[in-house]
Amino acid sequence: MKFGVVVFPGSNCDHDCYYVIKEVMGQDVNLIWHKEEDLKDYDCIVLPGGFSYGDYLRTGAIARFSPVMKEVEKFAQKGGLVIGICNGFQILLEAGVLPGAMRKNSSLHFICKYVYIRVENNNTPFTCVFQKGQVLKIPIAHFEGNYYVDTPGLKNLKKNNQIVFKYCNREGRLLKEANPNGSIEAIAGICNKEGNVLGMMPHPERASEAILGSEDGRGIWESIIRIKSYERAS
Amino acid sequence: MFQVKIYISLKEGVADPQGITIKNALHSLGYQGVGKVRMGKYLQLKLNVKDKKEVKKEIEDMCKKLLVNPVIENYDYEIEGKK
Repeated sequence: MKFGVVVFPGSNCDHDCYYVIKEVMGQDVNLIWHKEEDLKDYDCIVLPGGFSYGDYLRTGAIARFSPVMKEVEKFAQKGGLVIGICNGFQILLEAGVLPGAMRKNSSLHFICKYVYIRVENNNTPFTCVFQKGQVLKIPIAHFEGNYYVDTPGLKNLKKNNQIVFKYCNREGRLLKEANPNGSIEAIAGICNKEGNVLGMMPHPERASEAILGSEDGRGIWESIIRIKSYERAS
Repeated sequence: MFQVKIYISLKEGVADPQGITIKNALHSLGYQGVGKVRMGKYLQLKLNVKDKKEVKKEIEDMCKKLLVNPVIENYDYEIEGKK
């Protein structure tokens, strides 16, 4: 299978994603400059973290108009797998591919640390190797990760089982102290209704090798690879 | 040439950590009377179009497309200039 990692001006986790997919997971991967418009060779598109366009105006607000994004939206509509990490999540929200918006962290601090997240939905192409309720240790690094969605929107997320990850403590309990940024319902990651687009604030590419302190992020790449290999076999 | 002043604010009910922090700072400076503080954005732009009607149309468009995130923000604007 083939991954594509989009590079926006200001992306800074693009090479981390590229490295993990290629060297750790042993998969085929290309970097895709944001002006490119041909995604037909790819099975999964990664929108990496960083500060696209300097986070000017709002995080992700300008990147969503990059030429590649129109194609990413089409790719997603056709059922292609798209994962937005951190700034990539923010871009997907701005593009309206995922519902809701990001506010500044409730502490008004940039937070860069390991957190624990709980798998709320393991029935997605990004989480199928995990158990429901499994606790993952994955770092966050953001200033605007305080997820917001209005009440009807939250109802929909719940009804459609779109909440994929929630911040929790080491034991998997949802405590106020375990929610680092003030997100509604401690939401750390959501998917679209169809389940083929995931947005998450934690960085799985920074937790895919034991030497870095956690391998819990690996499961996300493994899930994608497993789903795609099933698809090819069937 | 028209000049447009655009005011962007967070919707009622959307938590505003900056506003809360500013309020606390004002309280600690002794301004105990300060109630709710909401932090917004102010943009000023010049626009070269035919008439006021067109200004309105373009500004509405720009706000909806790029300048404002309708999930969490409201906007308002003033138009200054000829006609």
